[in-house]
Amino acid sequence: MNAAAASGAAASGGAEPSDPASTLAVSHLDVAYRVRGQDRLALRDVSFTIARGETYGLVGESGSGKSTAALALVRYLPRNGRVSAGTITISGQDPLSMGKAALRDLRARTVSMVYQEPGRALNPSIRVGRQIAEVYELAGQDRAAARAASEEMLRKVQISDPRGVMDRYPHELSGGMAQRVVIAMALAASPSLLILDEPTTALDATVEAEVLDLLPPLREEFRTSVLFISHNLAVIAKMCDRVGVLYAGELVEEGPARAVFDQPRHPYTVGLLRCIPRRGQRKDRDRLDTIPGFLPAPGEEPAGCVFAPRCALATDRCRAEAPPAYPVGPGRASRCFYHEAAPDMPRSTPASLPAAPAAPATDTEPLVGIEELSKTFTARGSSVRALHSVSLSLRRGETLGLVGESGSGKTTLARVLLGLTAPDEGSVVTLDGARLSPDARRRPRDVLRALQIVFQNPDSALNRRHTVRSLISRPLSRLAGLSGARLRARLEELITSVRLEDRHLPLRPGQLSGGLKQRVAIARAFGGGPRVVVCDEPTSALDVSVQAAILNLLADLQAREQASYLFISHDLGLVRYLSDRIVVLYLGRVMEVGPAGAVFSAPHHPYTEALLSAVPSIDGQRTQRIKLEGEIPSAASPPSGCVFHTRCPRRLPSGICESTEPELLEGEPGHLIRCHIPLAELRGLQTGETVSLQGESP
Amino acid sequence: MATFLLRRLGLMILTLWILSLIVFFAGQILPGDPGRAILGNLASQTSVHALDQQLGVNRPLLTRYLSWVGGLFHGDMGVSYAYRTPVEPFVRAALINSVKLGVLAFVIVVPLGILGGVIAALNEGRFPDRVISVTGLSLATVPEFVSGIVVIVIFGVSLKVLPVSASAGAGASALSQLDHLILPTIPLVFILFGYIARMARAGTIEALNSDYARTATLKGLPRATFIRRHILRNSLLPTITVIATQTGYLIGGLVVVETLFNYQGIGNLIYKAAQAKDFPMLEAGVLTIGVVYVLATLAADLLLTAFNPRLRIGAST
Repeated sequence: MNAAAASGAAASGGAEPSDPASTLAVSHLDVAYRVRGQDRLALRDVSFTIARGETYGLVGESGSGKSTAALALVRYLPRNGRVSAGTITISGQDPLSMGKAALRDLRARTVSMVYQEPGRALNPSIRVGRQIAEVYELAGQDRAAARAASEEMLRKVQISDPRGVMDRYPHELSGGMAQRVVIAMALAASPSLLILDEPTTALDATVEAEVLDLLPPLREEFRTSVLFISHNLAVIAKMCDRVGVLYAGELVEEGPARAVFDQPRHPYTVGLLRCIPRRGQRKDRDRLDTIPGFLPAPGEEPAGCVFAPRCALATDRCRAEAPPAYPVGPGRASRCFYHEAAPDMPRSTPASLPAAPAAPATDTEPLVGIEELSKTFTARGSSVRALHSVSLSLRRGETLGLVGESGSGKTTLARVLLGLTAPDEGSVVTLDGARLSPDARRRPRDVLRALQIVFQNPDSALNRRHTVRSLISRPLSRLAGLSGARLRARLEELITSVRLEDRHLPLRPGQLSGGLKQRVAIARAFGGGPRVVVCDEPTSALDVSVQAAILNLLADLQAREQASYLFISHDLGLVRYLSDRIVVLYLGRVMEVGPAGAVFSAPHHPYTEALLSAVPSIDGQRTQRIKLEGEIPSAASPPSGCVFHTRCPRRLPSGICESTEPELLEGEPGHLIRCHIPLAELRGLQTGETVSLQGESP
Repeated sequence: MATFLLRRLGLMILTLWILSLIVFFAGQILPGDPGRAILGNLASQTSVHALDQQLGVNRPLLTRYLSWVGGLFHGDMGVSYAYRTPVEPFVRAALINSVKLGVLAFVIVVPLGILGGVIAALNEGRFPDRVISVTGLSLATVPEFVSGIVVIVIFGVSLKVLPVSASAGAGASALSQLDHLILPTIPLVFILFGYIARMARAGTIEALNSDYARTATLKGLPRATFIRRHILRNSLLPTITVIATQTGYLIGGLVVVETLFNYQGIGNLIYKAAQAKDFPMLEAGVLTIGVVYVLATLAADLLLTAFNPRLRIGAST
């Protein structure tokens, strides 16, 4: 049976490794890192092929071995890493056995790579044009020809002023521009294989969408095969023909992207897809499913299936015997004994809610009031208006989602609320109707207690020298004034509610995983019984499966403690899941505010519309994307009139958008939009299209 | 760029002003009386007093400071208590000598240190790295007077191939001067090689591990081009700063080496001035060293700006 399955899997790969039609063939690849004298397998028996012109996606969480695979292909593993078994064939060549000169040649002509941080991928002290031209010069062109070719290449990645950009240094480019430059550089050699390792992860959603839109035509033009690596399932679903799901170094499922995401046949893939809020899931109706447990520790060699310890379907057989790759459909394979049962696998987290959450009180006085809040930063004589007369309110037990691209003022707003940044004169921040001092150090203890924050990166937010116990106890004693037995009781209650265990208490942050650290940070924030918790991208540093657990936790805590959240995230899906109301910020101005459902469905502000349409969807409902022209203008010199007019696809021909800033008007009850286009007209323009995020469950 | 330079210049002046305060007032609170120091223990109290009067050392502190600083602006560094002549020619001669020695050590140790550091970095963790790192560290921990004496004994006394005194005497040819300077240079090279090599090594390793180094390697660039174009330019930036601070040391901090090799440099000058309580000489010497330090730092800043486009103020963003 095993043999049959294995041959089936090979056939499912589309091509035998020796097939000349495939650009890349990876066969039974093992990669090991040597750590303290012991080899630890980072990739185990990985086989896949990429046909000419095909885009193949590798998806997996951190530690799954995605990047290791990419680096092995170009033989750029860290010094302690090596390919311990298997073969790699790129356009008929074997990078593992070739000499240094041949390897250089392979890198120069056949394979190119683009990775996550575009800003860091470029040499900071060489002009951008030189760095691209270098590739052409290496191919034998003279300086002038190389420069001309670079300019042409930049035009192909849709940089509007290639000549100007070529004379700039990398730090003078925005993230999106830099990534275009890196892509141009990668394509300059007309490689037969282009490896993209998380190419858009560091970019804003709208910029990400633009970069992603760029790739398919370029792939056609250069007839390049693409290996697309990402943790983002939706991006993979959008970009790839076929997809392989990596878990702990093993390819657990493979097949055409659409089929894998619509009908996953491996419990891990099923679990991953269930972790992502979609199809109209909302915190007051559903909890997300989670994947319990952790990745196997590096170096751990499970006897059976790698996923068995976390799998709801696992039996003794799974723990004893490694499953082969079963063919589960045309071109599909799943390494699971129970691939038949996988799609209907029981949930790890009950979908029902622990307690019926009290609906946020809508008619009471706002808990937090923000009026006419402006913040101007001055540096070197020029001033930047980070926030411009923002007025908001936050009610008790409510989550206010804050969305906008980077530079829109989200974090500044949170900092002002917390008293970490002093706003301009005339700005008013109130709690329970009482004005707050702009400086946290001057706020009384009960105000400090009432306003807490969970940061994006728990690593830097938690003091590494303290134990979990002292990290959580400190706000209990300092803010809540507890001591002795009462403190211990509250500590116990807190760690239970964030699902930590007693054994975690003596540990220090360095000994915890990212998800556990974030739980500590949340427990810390809830220690004093806060009334408002600012969640600033609380899950963006975490993996999808961990993210789901944290979101559930935040939703449960809110239902129980009636805390209000100011939830900041660039991930609109998360914002939709958790928020009752949503504020859309652009260049420090509120463009739209209203109930989550209303903001996410038409009619909405053209900017919101563009933001929503930029989000790739796993469900494959391809919507007409609203393209935004150009880059986000600098907040130091915001455009005249409506600040969004420079990029607005619905700009009015009358010229009013350029000359007059529109008012924030209430079109529907509680739903305000800052746009010159009347609501009725917006409704007419934006009909029909259903972004998967907004769908009130199909 | 202009504002950058102006601000730097302002900072330089501020630094020198603070230095002048420290130097002057530290000199005043040192125990001992200049008149007594000059005339010796046997002189009568009245003649000491008369000399003090003549030197002006019993005027109020502030008056003396102001007249000293005022003099500096006219190029008048004061009159030596010990020699009763202006200190300026002494300082000038000593500075020239120091510069000769410092420049020689500099042109030897800087290329050597950078080369060593880069070679070590390219072979990180392997044999050449170990050799260079251990050698650099060992040499840096040997005090100058130990290595100085060792080289004197070996090359000057046993082998008799090089002169043990650093001074070639008045009117000696450039070649002969160079001959005399070789031995004193060795301890300096020993001390500085380790520093510079370590910085160059650390910077190069950081650059080699950077994302842009990966980009450049994966472009398929030849190794030599890769190192020259993509690594060195970025990796040597921190080293420049270290070299600048060490330049100050090379010019002004060589008290031990200059004394050991009997060389009339500025280190030796201030050492003797301090012994003789010759405050004007001491103050002028220290202030001169301060100027050297400040200029070296400025030079380093300008070099850094030239090499690192991110530091260029006013660059369009």
